[in-house]
Amino acid sequence: MIRFENVSKRFEAEGHAVEAVKNVNLEMEKGKIYGIIGFSGAGKSTLVRCINLLERPTNGKVFIDDTELTGLSDKELREKRKKIGMIFQHFNLFSSRNVFQNVSYPLKHSGLKKEEINKKVNSLLELVGLSDKAKAYPSQLSGGQKQRVAIARALANDPHILLSDEATSALDPQTTKSILNLLKELNERLQITIVVITHEMQVVKEICVKVFVMEDGEVVEDGDVFQVFANPKKKITKDFVDSTSNLNKIHELIEKKVSVTELFPGECILKFKYLERSVSEALVSQISRQFHLDINIIFGNIELIGENPIGGLVSIVKGKREDIEEAIYYLRQKNVGVEVILDAGVIE
Amino acid sequence: MQELLNDLLPNVMTKLPDFYKSVGETLVMLLWSGSISFVLGMILGITLTMTKKGGILQNTVIFQILDKGINFFRSIPFIILLAGLIPLTRLIAGTAIGVEGAIVPLVFGTVPFYSRQIEAALAELNPGLVEAAQSMGSGKLEIIFRVYLKECIGGIARGTTITAISLIGLTAMAGAVGAGGLGDFAIRFGYQRNQIDVTYVAVIVLVLLVSCIQLFGTYIEKKHTH
Ligand SMILES: Nc1ncnc2c1ncn2[C@@H]1O[C@H](COP(=O)(O)OP(=O)(O)OP(=O)(O)O)[C@@H](O)[C@H]1O
Ligand SMILES: [Mg+2]
Repeated sequence: MIRFENVSKRFEAEGHAVEAVKNVNLEMEKGKIYGIIGFSGAGKSTLVRCINLLERPTNGKVFIDDTELTGLSDKELREKRKKIGMIFQHFNLFSSRNVFQNVSYPLKHSGLKKEEINKKVNSLLELVGLSDKAKAYPSQLSGGQKQRVAIARALANDPHILLSDEATSALDPQTTKSILNLLKELNERLQITIVVITHEMQVVKEICVKVFVMEDGEVVEDGDVFQVFANPKKKITKDFVDSTSNLNKIHELIEKKVSVTELFPGECILKFKYLERSVSEALVSQISRQFHLDINIIFGNIELIGENPIGGLVSIVKGKREDIEEAIYYLRQKNVGVEVILDAGVIE
Repeated sequence: MQELLNDLLPNVMTKLPDFYKSVGETLVMLLWSGSISFVLGMILGITLTMTKKGGILQNTVIFQILDKGINFFRSIPFIILLAGLIPLTRLIAGTAIGVEGAIVPLVFGTVPFYSRQIEAALAELNPGLVEAAQSMGSGKLEIIFRVYLKECIGGIARGTTITAISLIGLTAMAGAVGAGGLGDFAIRFGYQRNQIDVTYVAVIVLVLLVSCIQLFGTYIEKKHTH
């Protein structure tokens, strides 16, 4: 468990001070994957670096389980850090050491014998799928492979926590996905708590269960990933969520009078959106049949967070006025948000 | 062969023992002042890097003292340093002449330069690596030895090569003021008595020496660059 009590971090740089983290209180439970999002300069890296005290808070306390890290001596802190792995955007591998030597770096003073270290490193390389690269140097690896080596190295001392600062930001989407899958697998297999900083909402959707939204040094919103995505409260969170969804594009299309948005009497444009966790159901065909509606889906995006669909559809619905109203009522009962975007009125 | 050498290098061949002695003296000067400068320069270069702003042992006072001191000694031409250091040399080495007398000024002439070379080599380290090492629980000494020195061997080899070569130049200059060695040999015979073949032979030996050092330095650098 990670706990922050009124943590603040000020940087004094040439006369002016920057408050990178402001009075943050938070708690992260053991064995879960947390996301931290926010725009550049919001203080995400600083916040995460306060977890292993790479950045010492100017105020407040940091606890890991029941130990107050901010109260430890240098030596004790170094021991604690061995149990908090960290990976970085630019991998930070030692270029003068090969893969094996990079992974064994943190094991030097671990008290393990040479054969034990060999065994440990080999099993870590197997875990990240790089057994055949033990002798390669970082310069001979692809970005994804480098990050796998970095992950293996971060796991060498069997940490309880893994911090990831934009670890997939320098990778292509395919490689990002494979690294995310690896993190998820590690979380499930080793029960390791993972904290990922990212500016890609996709990463949060993909692996996190909880998310913290940062703005200007503060955590402005936090909660269950589904809740935050389905009902963002702060403007910045809405902006982030919108950036991953195309549903708001409909307003643009209407403004430009694109032909798909030209309606005939009896038609209206509706936006359906999942608001609560629910299981996937055949809602579209159900309302179509039950209320005798023609539903033409213009576009949409629905994906899964865990097992629950999230996102929505924009469609042209055609039918009798009272049928449409009843369908909207029915959907709202099912926790689907319905918004009338454009209405062409009833048939004369 | 012997005759050919006698023909080509008449003056060198008549003072072969002197010549061997002067090569030996140059090597002794190089070895002693080089080893001492290597250790001192390394310590100063590392201290500069660690105590500078953002370093793992940031300490403005120590940094400023070293920084200014190094600049001070670097701005003094070696020939003046040789003369200026005579009292100090007497105190440390017991004499200000000969090979022993040359070592103190050679060290003073080399260490500031070498410290800067080391500082420059260590500055090439990606700061992310220090961060990564800290996140893995490495202490400060460990970071110096296992991260800075290990990662920067290439740059250090380069800086050391450059320094060693410039040190050869300094030993020749020290020879001019009576320290012995090849410089002294070349000046006494080649220059003052106009025995040009002596100068050539001295140059050839120096070129060979420089080439060997350069080859060795490049080899070390290559070996550690991946
Ligand atoms: N060592 C430092 N010295 C001075 N100011 C700093 C330092 N580190 C960070 N800051 C400042 O603190 C603020 C937060 O920086 P931080 O790196 O935590 O942001 P971030 O959210 O991680 O941004 P990004 O997404 O660009 O990585 C910024 O205004 C930054 O300029
Ligand atoms: Mg950052």
